[in-house]
Amino acid sequence: MTSDLDIFVGNTTLIDEEVYQLWLDGYTVSEAVSRRLRGGLLERSGTSVSVLQSDTRDHFRTFQMLERLLHSPPRLCQQLLFQIPPPRQAALIQGYYAFEPALARELLGKKLSKGTKKELDEVSARTGLSLRACRRQFDNFKRVFKAVEELKGPLAELIQQHFLLPPPLARDYAAIVFFANSRFETGKRRLQFLSFGDLAACAQHMMGHWTQGAMTPEAAEPDGDVPRSFLQDLKELKVLVSDKDLLDQHKSLVCSALRGKISVYNEMETNFKALSRALVNVGLKLPHPRDVRDFFVDLVEKVLDPCRSDHWSLGDLRLFLGSYTTAPRALGGFRHQLLWERYMAGISACLLRMYHE
Amino acid sequence: MPGKLKVKIVAGRHLPVMDRASDLTDAFVEVKFGNTTFKTDVYPKSLNPQWNSEWFKFEVDDEELQDEPLQITVLDHDTYSANDAIGKVYIDIDPLLYSEAATVISGWFPIYDTIHGIRGEINVVVKVDLFNDLNRFRQSSCGVKFFCTTSIPKCYRAVIIHGFVEELVVNEDPEYQWIDRIRTPRASNEARQRLISLMSGELQRKIGLKVLEMRGNAVVGYLQCFDLEGESGLVVRAIGTVCTLDKLSNTSAFLPACNSPSKEMKEIPFNEDPNPNTHSSGPSTPLKNQTYSFSPSKSYSRQSSSSDTDLSLTPKTGMGSGSAGKEGGPFKTLLRQQTQSALEQREFPFFTLTTFPPGFLVHVGGVVSARSVKLLDRIHNPDEPETRDAWWAEIRQEIKSHAKALGCHAVVGYSESTSICEEVCILSASGTAAVLNPRFLQDGTVEGCLEQRIEEASPPGCGFCHIPYDELNMPFPAHLTYCYNCRKQKVPDVLFTTIDLPVEAIVIGKGCLIQARLCRLKKKAQAEANATSISNLLPFMEYEVHTQLMNKLKLRGMNALFGLRIQITVGENMLMGLASATGVYLAALPTPGGIQIAGKTPNDGTYEQHISHMQKKINDTIAKNKELYEINPPELPEEIIGSPIPEPRQRSRLLRSQSESSDEVTELDLSHGKKDAFVLEIDDTDAMEDVHSLLTDAPPPSGFYSCNTEIMPGISNWTPEIQMFTAVRVSRLGNINLTNQTLNKNFNDLCENLLKSLYFKLRSMVPCCLCHVNFTVALPEDELVQIAVTAVAITFDKNQTLQANKAPTEKSQQRASTDNEEQLQFPLELCPDPLASQPSLPAKEVLEGATSQTGIPAAQRDRCNSWIELIKLKAQTIRRGSIKTTASLDKTSPLAEGYLRHRSVPSCTNSTVSVVKMTPLSFLPGAKITKYLGIINMFFIRETTSLREEGGVSGFLHAFIAEVFAMVRAHVAALGGNAVVSYIMKQCVFMENPNKNQAQCLINVSGDAVIFVRESELEMLPVQPSTVVSQPTSSGGDVTT
Repeated sequence: MTSDLDIFVGNTTLIDEEVYQLWLDGYTVSEAVSRRLRGGLLERSGTSVSVLQSDTRDHFRTFQMLERLLHSPPRLCQQLLFQIPPPRQAALIQGYYAFEPALARELLGKKLSKGTKKELDEVSARTGLSLRACRRQFDNFKRVFKAVEELKGPLAELIQQHFLLPPPLARDYAAIVFFANSRFETGKRRLQFLSFGDLAACAQHMMGHWTQGAMTPEAAEPDGDVPRSFLQDLKELKVLVSDKDLLDQHKSLVCSALRGKISVYNEMETNFKALSRALVNVGLKLPHPRDVRDFFVDLVEKVLDPCRSDHWSLGDLRLFLGSYTTAPRALGGFRHQLLWERYMAGISACLLRMYHE
Repeated sequence: MPGKLKVKIVAGRHLPVMDRASDLTDAFVEVKFGNTTFKTDVYPKSLNPQWNSEWFKFEVDDEELQDEPLQITVLDHDTYSANDAIGKVYIDIDPLLYSEAATVISGWFPIYDTIHGIRGEINVVVKVDLFNDLNRFRQSSCGVKFFCTTSIPKCYRAVIIHGFVEELVVNEDPEYQWIDRIRTPRASNEARQRLISLMSGELQRKIGLKVLEMRGNAVVGYLQCFDLEGESGLVVRAIGTVCTLDKLSNTSAFLPACNSPSKEMKEIPFNEDPNPNTHSSGPSTPLKNQTYSFSPSKSYSRQSSSSDTDLSLTPKTGMGSGSAGKEGGPFKTLLRQQTQSALEQREFPFFTLTTFPPGFLVHVGGVVSARSVKLLDRIHNPDEPETRDAWWAEIRQEIKSHAKALGCHAVVGYSESTSICEEVCILSASGTAAVLNPRFLQDGTVEGCLEQRIEEASPPGCGFCHIPYDELNMPFPAHLTYCYNCRKQKVPDVLFTTIDLPVEAIVIGKGCLIQARLCRLKKKAQAEANATSISNLLPFMEYEVHTQLMNKLKLRGMNALFGLRIQITVGENMLMGLASATGVYLAALPTPGGIQIAGKTPNDGTYEQHISHMQKKINDTIAKNKELYEINPPELPEEIIGSPIPEPRQRSRLLRSQSESSDEVTELDLSHGKKDAFVLEIDDTDAMEDVHSLLTDAPPPSGFYSCNTEIMPGISNWTPEIQMFTAVRVSRLGNINLTNQTLNKNFNDLCENLLKSLYFKLRSMVPCCLCHVNFTVALPEDELVQIAVTAVAITFDKNQTLQANKAPTEKSQQRASTDNEEQLQFPLELCPDPLASQPSLPAKEVLEGATSQTGIPAAQRDRCNSWIELIKLKAQTIRRGSIKTTASLDKTSPLAEGYLRHRSVPSCTNSTVSVVKMTPLSFLPGAKITKYLGIINMFFIRETTSLREEGGVSGFLHAFIAEVFAMVRAHVAALGGNAVVSYIMKQCVFMENPNKNQAQCLINVSGDAVIFVRESELEMLPVQPSTVVSQPTSSGGDVTT
């Protein structure tokens, strides 16, 4: 006696969180059943394998029906087909849009295109995630990217609005969109030590300090891009390293401020010019799309690595960046104070996040 | 011109993409009622169109209003080709036709297409202006209320329970052989949906007419069914119980005059003058009664038959109607010859109710049922559906005579059903023979014998168990003892009924779901031969089902069955029987004896050993079950039990069974039913199988209970969490060499596995009880068995279960007091100045209800609390001063509703979907139903030609059932309701053709749309809404908080 048809429909849609996770992880019904069996469910509830199979199939079917709605979460809240209590809806959405940081790390800075999607099997092999889960997460990135591509306003808030995600998750997505827009190179071996969290934080700092949305909420340009005007202005900062006098003054100001305060004073003093040149040059490269890719590589190779080899502590770096940023206030003849501080605020935050002692 | 229907199309959302080029849709809407159609403008290039149309007005007869559904079609405009239909919404406007129900239908409805399912939603507003029509000869019956609930609805009081009403209409089925014409366009499905909608509207109107003629104002326990007879046509039939109901809030005026709430409740039914204030239809004195004393059955059926012929002349409907016209003749002459008691005057003294007001049910005789096998022939003339009417009349007559044989004058818990396979149809009717208290019934004249019985004042809690029939002239062999509760009257050893457990019944322990399952093979045959072989099989099946039930009951150590429903399904090569009931231990009935096994070959040593092994197993199971269901009847000295029984033979048997010794197996008396200890004789392997199967029924896992009645005996502390569900399984009986045994086993496993998977799915709700578990079996094809289950899981508080076994009097008191609260809360709230009219009583009453519930002596807290309550009330009236007038304008409690809507907006910020609860029960735990909004009766067809793409049969049906739920919820929400009670899926006909990648399914559901308020919110209600409403006035500065 085989069951051809076997369904269970509740007035309130029944959702088993454990099974939902198995579905999200990309398991097939039979894989999910064997996983549930391993979890000792059979012993606890005293039921049979066939019951477990039927239950799993039922849940998977429900999730497949829900998936269409999960692609546009506000619809999930408005639809009439499945009666799901709002907290459950939120949990479903959150679960569906949650992603593996390792996967996101792999994809950061890559074009969210069909080509990248085809490479997912390699990513799947590297991260240990199932291909299905990789695809779902990739599609989520792409969907969010497409949805906010043309919109104006603060990115994280837009994503939160359109996908009803909790704020931290929305911020992570904003970072992914930011990276997809900016196409920073992050895949180099030199950068492998940076986690998704590090890079996402950097993206948030850059957006926070540099993008238009950070300055005026009703900005004219989408948040995913750093405004061109700002990038163009960065050229003005060149004087800080090209003008010998300014550079020297800057150095003496920083040195006098930090004397006795940091443990690596001597190293700082000797390296000051190199560091300053690196920090300013990163900014100078930003307006050129081709050079933008090297942003993180430059920061790591030219700023963080020297510091690390000189055994700077995080506190040292913080103090240095602090006075390095504020010192030009006392520089006569430097007129781009605001621009400088706006630029350095972003850079400092990134560096501090990226500096692993 | 008695009515004006007004419709406004507001907006649509989530429409499907109809134009591939632009990925958009140019949608417009057609609104059709009767033969009039209006159209909205085309809203170009949008998936979320905002039509915001004018009011479309239809000026129509109220007859048409009752019959016709409002039909809304959403289309995609196409300049070059025909407009494509997106989908439809059918809205039954019946709830707008009676004054107490909904006043407006407004909300988002799923746009439904029979091929694609739900495709977006549409926002519609519907209103009806009804002009009074006092024409006596009218064809409409607007104003008659319909309830699916099989008890007196919660916020009403039964002034009179008039009795049985039935009607059927027939027509040709627009598409009777779907499989042959599988490529039927959606037009065919829609024609069918529309026809059934029309037919049920017509049927309801005709029933309403009968109700008015019987001078009732409502139909309770309304059950409408479709018989898809295939080629021979389509029958829509309905039965119900006519009542005169009185809204409870009306009676509040004289209520405070009564001191004790519980006393008040009990006295209402006995009140000689029940409605002094409002009602005109209810007779108020016995004398006046006499003036009405036409024989109701005769006159109303005549009148309706004449009205029927009138109807058939109206050209708009091509369908006919049935009624007790000509065929009633012989029965009526039969009736006339009889000495007529109040009940016997009725053609059929049947009641579809399963729960009754206290005191209504005097004695219960037992289950009566009748079946008949008929050969369907084409209904040549739909205007003369006499054959179908005659068939049912025949069966009802049989039921009536069965009841009579049991010494009963009435049948309660009455229901009818059919099972159709090809051209053979089994008609079934069953109910519980009972003696009723005539004071509730229309004709006040009481026959001597009846009167006498009632005057005996049977003690509460056991009275209904006492036998109604004559002890010396028993209709069947039964074993009588003196009632274990009052010891005055005789009771049978077991009691089977189709009704719910009466509230006043004294039950020991908990109840449980008991099922008997049975399959019988039958040869494939044609027409008459087929019908004959089925008729021959039926009695055997009934007998076996009965035996199985009896055995399983004993195995659980119980002695009574409630809610018994025996379903016999006919297929091409087999018959299936499924009986479900809730077993309980009634304190008034004797302790059931055990089950004893006897072998045919006593000399064989190993065999003997095997038998004794089995016996031990059975005894162990009984002991285990007694523990599981907490059945610990008080131990009574055997002399007390045994002594009143005169026959020494019986006495000895009784004693034997009590001691449960197995050494007496040798002296057997095989005429079972006459003894306590039930003997199972194992004479062949079949019997062995039967015994084995008895023991295979697994008890539900711990924390789970199940029953098929409204309430679970022994559990009273429900918590508000409920989960209604429908589960469907279709299994293929693969073997060619099927025997009855393997079939039985397969069927049994199927049911057991289904139950097991339900327990597993709902494990997170533990401790919980599956209530109203309703199995339906269908045999859609040769080797397919389809089982559909609808039930509700309700959680309960485990910690309080110890208190559950309260004395029944206490319980009824509780009920009464809560009912009182119900009566009082709303009048109070609306009364502009409650302090002036009834200074302190209402508040006190409410308080008493509340305190008696919490178990704190009311008297102690009375004074100070009522003082507080008074202050609250005062504050409230002051605060609400500015909005008082608007609030009191509305008919019921607008504040409650407003508050409710306000509350039901989910916390999810973007969500606008309000939660609608669904339950097959007539109540919601922890909540009060404040308003009934009308009946929901919906019929849907879904078809697919891309079965695989929709996830196979499971995916298809899963989606369809979810869609049906969604459409029911949307309709209820649009009526302003937040729940459906007494929900039932009456039909689920599923057909598939996997080779062609096609499937079709028909589903018919019904229920009562209601507004409920949580009891916890109810307490806050008098204060809370005022803060909600007073927000605008706060600027005026008259609110101080």
